[in-house]
Amino acid sequence: MISIKHLEFRYPRGGFRLRLAALDIAERERVAVVGASGSGKTTLLELIAGIRRPGAGVIEVAGQDLAVLTDRQRRGFRVRRVGLIFQAFELLDYLNVRDNIMLPYRISPDLEATDATAPRLEQMTRDMGIIERLERFPHELSQGERQRVAICRALITAPDLILADEPTGNLDPDNKQRVLKLLLDQVERHAATLVMVTHDHDLLAPFDRVLDMRALHGVTNP
Amino acid sequence: MTDILYLAWRYLLFNRWKTAVLITAITVTMFLPLALELVLERSTERLRARAAATPLLLGAPGSPLELVLSSLYFNGEVPATLSYGTVQAIGDTGLATAIPLQIGSRVGGKPVVGTSPDYFSFRELTVARGRPIALPGEALLGAAAARTLEVSPGESVVTESETVFDVTGSYPLKLHVVGVLNANGTPDDEAVFVDVRTAWIIDGIGHGHEDLSRPEAAANVLQRDGENIVANAAVIQYREITSTNLRDFHFHGDISDFPLDAIIAVPADDKSGVLLEGRYQAPTTSVQAIRPVVVMDELLATVFTVRQYVLAAVGLVGVATFATIALVFVLSARLRRGEIDTMKRIGAAPGRIGAMLGAEIALVLATSVVFAGTLTWFATLWGESLLHWMLSAGA
Repeated sequence: MISIKHLEFRYPRGGFRLRLAALDIAERERVAVVGASGSGKTTLLELIAGIRRPGAGVIEVAGQDLAVLTDRQRRGFRVRRVGLIFQAFELLDYLNVRDNIMLPYRISPDLEATDATAPRLEQMTRDMGIIERLERFPHELSQGERQRVAICRALITAPDLILADEPTGNLDPDNKQRVLKLLLDQVERHAATLVMVTHDHDLLAPFDRVLDMRALHGVTNP
Repeated sequence: MTDILYLAWRYLLFNRWKTAVLITAITVTMFLPLALELVLERSTERLRARAAATPLLLGAPGSPLELVLSSLYFNGEVPATLSYGTVQAIGDTGLATAIPLQIGSRVGGKPVVGTSPDYFSFRELTVARGRPIALPGEALLGAAAARTLEVSPGESVVTESETVFDVTGSYPLKLHVVGVLNANGTPDDEAVFVDVRTAWIIDGIGHGHEDLSRPEAAANVLQRDGENIVANAAVIQYREITSTNLRDFHFHGDISDFPLDAIIAVPADDKSGVLLEGRYQAPTTSVQAIRPVVVMDELLATVFTVRQYVLAAVGLVGVATFATIALVFVLSARLRRGEIDTMKRIGAAPGRIGAMLGAEIALVLATSVVFAGTLTWFATLWGESLLHWMLSAGA
C-alpha cells in the first residue's frame, strides 16, 4: 500500500529534517508509529497523505507516486483514497454530526455522494454508537463521541488508507481503549490500511507492526 | 456551488447573533441614504407641485414660509391675519379671483378650512359622495379626513373647543357633513371644508342665540333700550346651525373687517398677476403678496443643502461601518484558521474555502440588500407623511 524510498523532507524555515531510507507498509496492515515529540511522526503522516511534498525521494501510495502529482491532483487523491483522523477531532462546530461526517463530500468536487453513501453513514454511526446523535452539534457531545464522529468522517469515503494522528490523545483511559477498538473494527470492516501515530505504549498490542521513529535513523533536530 | 452555499448558510445560522448584528448594521447603512434620497425626492416633488399650482398668495406681513405652510399645507398657524375687505378689494380690481382662507379650528385633529366655492374649482376638487356646501354649518370633507373621522354625508362632526378653561374661547360647533371629496393626494384630502362664514362662527365672530324679542326670552332680558337689548348669561347659545335657527345666526360689525388667514389670488393672466403683486410690494402696505413656489424653492434649497450634509455624514458612517464589517470578516477568518486548515488537510482546495467564506459575505450582503430595499419601499409609502409631520413640527 505504501512504499517510501530515499525520502528527504525539510521545513522551509525550520531546521527540522526528516530522512527515511525505505519504508513499506502492506495493504490492510495496521501499523503504529511511536517516537518522541519532534521526531517527525506527524510530518511522516502528512507526507504519506500528500499534504506535504517531499524534497527528494519517492512516496508511493496505492501505486501512485505522490511526489510527481500537482497540488490539485494530490488533493483529489487524498480526498478519495485517504481518511484522516486528528488528535483534536477537528470537527466543525457549526455543523451537526451528520454534516460533519459528510464534510469531505461538501468540500471537494472530486467526491460525489452515491446511493450507497447514506446507508454507509447510517451503518457506521450505528456501529460507533452515535446514530442517535446525528442531529447534535459537537459541543453537545462527549470527547469520546466527538472522536467517533471524526473516525466516521475519515471512513465515509471508503478510503484505502487511514492515517490517524494520536486519535486517542485527548481521551481518558477507558475511552482510549473503546475508541481504538472501534477504529480497528471499522478499519477491519472496510478492509483499509491503518497508520496510527501514538505516544501511548498501552495501545500497541493490537497492531501488526510498530515503527519507532528513532529506529528509522533519519530524523535530525537542530 | 450548492455545497458551498449550504456550508455558508450553516455557519451563519449557527452564529445567528453575529449574523443578525452584521445584517442590521449593513441594512441601516444602506437604507438611510437610500430612503432619505427617495423620500425627499418624492416629497419635494409633491410639495413643490402644490406651491407651483398656487399662483399668488396674500397674507398679513410676516414669515412667508409660515404663510405658505399654513395656507397651502394646513400646517401651523399664521402669525397675523388680514381682513376680508382685501378679498373685496382684489375683486374690485378685476385682476384676479380672490379665494378666502380661514383655518381656525380642528375636527378630530383635521384642519377646518373656511373658504368659498371658488376654492374647489381652483383646486379641481370634485365631490365623490353627497353634494357641495350650500349653507353655513355644512361641511365637505376631504377623502382622508372622512376616512379617519369615520363619517359619511348625513352624519355630523363637532369642532374642538379651544380650551376647557378659557371662558372667552369659542365653543364647539356641530357641523353637518354634506359631502366627501375625491382623493387627490394633496393636503386637501385631510381637510374639513366649510363656508368662510361658518369658520367665523366657529371662531366666535358670528353667533346664534334665541330671539330676545320673543316673550319667552323675557326672563333673560336685563334691559331694553330701543333696539338695544341687554341679556344675562343664561341666554341660550346655539351650537348647531339648522334650518330653524339659521336666521338667528348673525355677525356684529363690518364683514370687511373680519379676519382671514390668507387669500389665494388667481389672476386672469400673467400680466394681471404681476400687476396685482406690484400693488402689494410697497413697504407700507398691510398685506404681503407672495409666490408660493418661490418660497418653497427657498425652503427646498435649504432642505437639499442639509440633505447633502446628512448624506455626507451617512456616507462617512457607512464607510466606517463597512470597514468594521470587513475587519469582522478578516478576524473571523483568522479565528477559523484551524477549521480552514482541517478542510485543506482533508482535501478542500483553497479556492473552494475562499468561495465558502465569500458565500457567507454574499449571503449577509444579499439579505441586507433585501431588508434595505423593503424598508426603503415602506419609507416611500410613509416617508411623505413623515416629512409632512417634520415640516409641521418645525413650523
